[in-house]
Amino acid sequence: MSDAATYVGEPFDDKLVDRKLVLWYFLAAVTFFAVSLLGGLLMALQLVRWNPLQGIELLSPGRWRMIHTNAIAYGWLANAFLGSLHWAIPRLTLRPVANKALSWFIFGAWQFVVLATAVGILLGEAQGLEWGETPVWIDPLALVGLFLVAVNFMAPIAQARGPLYVTLWYFMAAFVWTFLTYAMGNLLPEYWVSGTSGGAIAGLFIHDLVGLFVTPLGWGLMYYFVPILLKKPIWSHGLSLVGFWGLAFFYPLNGIHHFLYTPIPMFLQYGAVIATVAVELVVTTVVINFFGTIWGSGRAVVTNLPIRWFYTGMVFYFITCLQCAMQVTLTFQALIHFTDWVVGHAHLVMFGVFSFWLIGIMTYLIPRLVGCDWYSRELCEWHYWLSAGGLLVMFVDLGLAGMFQGYFWASLLPWDVSVDGSQPFWIVRLFAGLAIIGGQLCFFYNLYRTLTASRGATAHV
Amino acid sequence: MFESKSGVLLIGGLGFFLLAFVSNALVPIRMYQNMPEQTVQQLVNENLLYQFEDLHKRYPESFEAAYGKPPADEAAQPEWYRAKCADALILGRKSYVAEGCWHCHSQFVRPVSREAERWGEVSKSWEYQNELQRPVMFGTRRVGPDLTREGGRRSNDWHTVHFFRPTMVSEGSPMPEYPWFFDGDPNRPNARGLGLITYVQWLGSWLESYPYYEQFQPMATVNTGDDDEQ
Ligand code: HEC
Repeated sequence: MSDAATYVGEPFDDKLVDRKLVLWYFLAAVTFFAVSLLGGLLMALQLVRWNPLQGIELLSPGRWRMIHTNAIAYGWLANAFLGSLHWAIPRLTLRPVANKALSWFIFGAWQFVVLATAVGILLGEAQGLEWGETPVWIDPLALVGLFLVAVNFMAPIAQARGPLYVTLWYFMAAFVWTFLTYAMGNLLPEYWVSGTSGGAIAGLFIHDLVGLFVTPLGWGLMYYFVPILLKKPIWSHGLSLVGFWGLAFFYPLNGIHHFLYTPIPMFLQYGAVIATVAVELVVTTVVINFFGTIWGSGRAVVTNLPIRWFYTGMVFYFITCLQCAMQVTLTFQALIHFTDWVVGHAHLVMFGVFSFWLIGIMTYLIPRLVGCDWYSRELCEWHYWLSAGGLLVMFVDLGLAGMFQGYFWASLLPWDVSVDGSQPFWIVRLFAGLAIIGGQLCFFYNLYRTLTASRGATAHV
Repeated sequence: MFESKSGVLLIGGLGFFLLAFVSNALVPIRMYQNMPEQTVQQLVNENLLYQFEDLHKRYPESFEAAYGKPPADEAAQPEWYRAKCADALILGRKSYVAEGCWHCHSQFVRPVSREAERWGEVSKSWEYQNELQRPVMFGTRRVGPDLTREGGRRSNDWHTVHFFRPTMVSEGSPMPEYPWFFDGDPNRPNARGLGLITYVQWLGSWLESYPYYEQFQPMATVNTGDDDEQ
C-alpha cells in the first residue's frame, strides 16, 4: 500500500523543524475544533427548538454561535496553519525560524489570545464585528502576536537564496495581509469610522480574513504538500503566477459584496461584484493547475488519504467559487442574502476546503511527528467519509433552505411561516452536523490512541 | 518582479491591499464626511422618550432600581429622562452585541424582495451615522425579522414577555430565552433588560412614520404588492 499516511521512518533533522512545537500546535488546534463543534451543535439544537439547556446565561446560544466561528478561525485554522508553517517553511528554505524560544512564546501567547477571546465572548464582552468578535482589549495583543509570527517566519525566507517557490510567495504576502486585515477590521470600525463606511470596512475585514489570511496560507501549503506527496512537480509555473497575482489584485477588492443593497454607495457595490467574478476566473486557473498535476496519478485519491483530503477540498473549493460567482450578482443576492444559503456556503469554505486541507496535512504529518503509524487506518477512513458526507448533505440542505427562506420572505407571508418552513431543513442540518461531529470523534479518538501508542513505543527504546 | 521577494511583499502584500483600502474604504469615508456622527445623547428623541417613560410607568420598581428616582422638580425631569435614556441605549446595545442578536437579526431594509412593504422605508446612510453604529449592526443573517424599524411596533410589555420566553407570545419561536435580563419574572426587567428594550424601541424611532402613532397596521393586512395605490 503506497500510503502517505503510513510512516516510513525517514531520518529526521530536528535542528530544522521543532516537531514538538508542530505537534503542540496541532493538539491546540484540535482542542479548539472540538469546542467549536459544541458551539455549532448548540445553535443547531436551538433552531430546531430542542435545546435542553435553555435560559442559562453562560450557554446563551448567541454567544456560543460567536465562539463557534471564532474558535474555527483563530483556534482551529490559525493554530493548524501555524503548526504546518513550522514544518513547511524551515524545510522549504532549509533554515530554521528566527528564534525557537520566540516560537514557543508565540505559541503560548496565541493560546492565551484564543482562550481570552472565548472567555470574553462567554462573559458578554464581544465586539460587534463579524468574525472579529474578539473583545476589544485583546485586539492589540493579537496584533503583537501576528507581528511576531511574521518576524519569526520572515527570517528564514529572507535568507533563502535563488528563485522563490510559489508557496513562499503566498506565505510572505499572507503575513503582511493578515496583520493589516486584522488591524483594519478590529480598530477602524470601532474607534474611527461609524455607520455605512464602517460597514464597508467590516465587509473588507470579513472577506479579507478568508481571502488574505486563510486562502493564501491554504494554497501555499497545497503547493508545498501536493508535489511532495505525488512525487512530481506542479503542472504549470505560469499558471501559479496567474493564480497568485490574480488573487493578490482582485481578492482585496471583494469585501463590500457582503453588504449588497445596504446604503453603501452603489458604484462600490458594483465594483465588488465585478472583482468577485474576476476572482472566480483566477481561482479556476489554480484549480486547473492542481488537476493538471494529479493527471495520470488519479489513483492516489483512492490510496493516499492526505491527497484525498486535499483534492476533495479542491473540488469543494471550485464549487464554492462557482457559487460565489452566481450568488454575488444582485439578482441572486435579492433572493439569498440573509438566508441559510450563505451559511451553507460558509461551511463549505471553512470546513470543506480549508479544514479538509489542514486535516489532510495532519493525517500526513502526525505519524511523522510522533514516530509511529496511525492507530487505525479504518478510523481515518471513517473520519473522511463522515466529514465529507455530512458536509455535502449540510451544504445541499442549507442551500435549499436558503432559497425557500428567500421566497417565503418575498411572498410577504408572516415571518413565522418562514421559520416553520425552515424546520425540516434545520432538522436535516442537525443530523448532518452530527455526522460531521461523529467523523471528528473518530479523528480525536484515533489521535489519542496514536499518541499513547507512540509514548509507549518511545518509552521502550 | 513578479517572483522576487520585494515584488511580492511591496506590490502584492502592501500595494494591492492599500489600493483596495483607498478605493473601498476611504472613498465612502470621504463621501460621508459631511454627515456628522451623532452622539448617543443626540439620538434620544421624543418617540423613544415616550417608550422610556412608559417603562417607568409599567415597571416602577425595576426602573427605579436601575436608574434611581427622577428629580422632584418637574422642570428637571425631561433632562433626567434624556440622560438615563442615553445610558440605557448604551447598555442595551452592549447586550445586543454580547448576545449575538445581530447574528439572527439584521438592521437594514433593502430596496428589493418587497422588504419596504414588510418593514417600511428602505434604509439610508444618515440613519447609521451615529455612535451606536460603531461598528455598524447591519447584520448578515436573518433567522428572525429585520429590526431596524422595530421601535414602536410592539409594546414594552410584549418585549419583556418575549425576551423572557419568546414562545409565550410567539408560538414555536426558535429565539433563545433571556431570563437573565429579569429578576425571575417578566414583570421585573433588570437594568440590562430595560436597556435592551430601550435599544429595540430606539430602532427606527428617528423616522417620522413611527408606526405606533401613525399608520401601523398589523402585518397580515399590509397591502400585498402590485396594485397601484394612486
Ligand atoms: C436564534 C436566532 C435568534 C436570536 C439569537 C435572537 N432572535 Fe430575536 N427573533 C428570532 C426569531 C426567529 C423571531 C421571530 C419569532 C418571534 O417573534 O419570536 C425573533 C423575533 C424577535 C423580535 C420581534 C420582532 C417582531 O416585531 O416580530 C424582537 C424584537 C427580537 N427578536 C429581538 C431580539 C434580540 C434583542 C435578541 C438578542 C437578545 C434576539 N432577538 C436574539 C430569532 C432570534
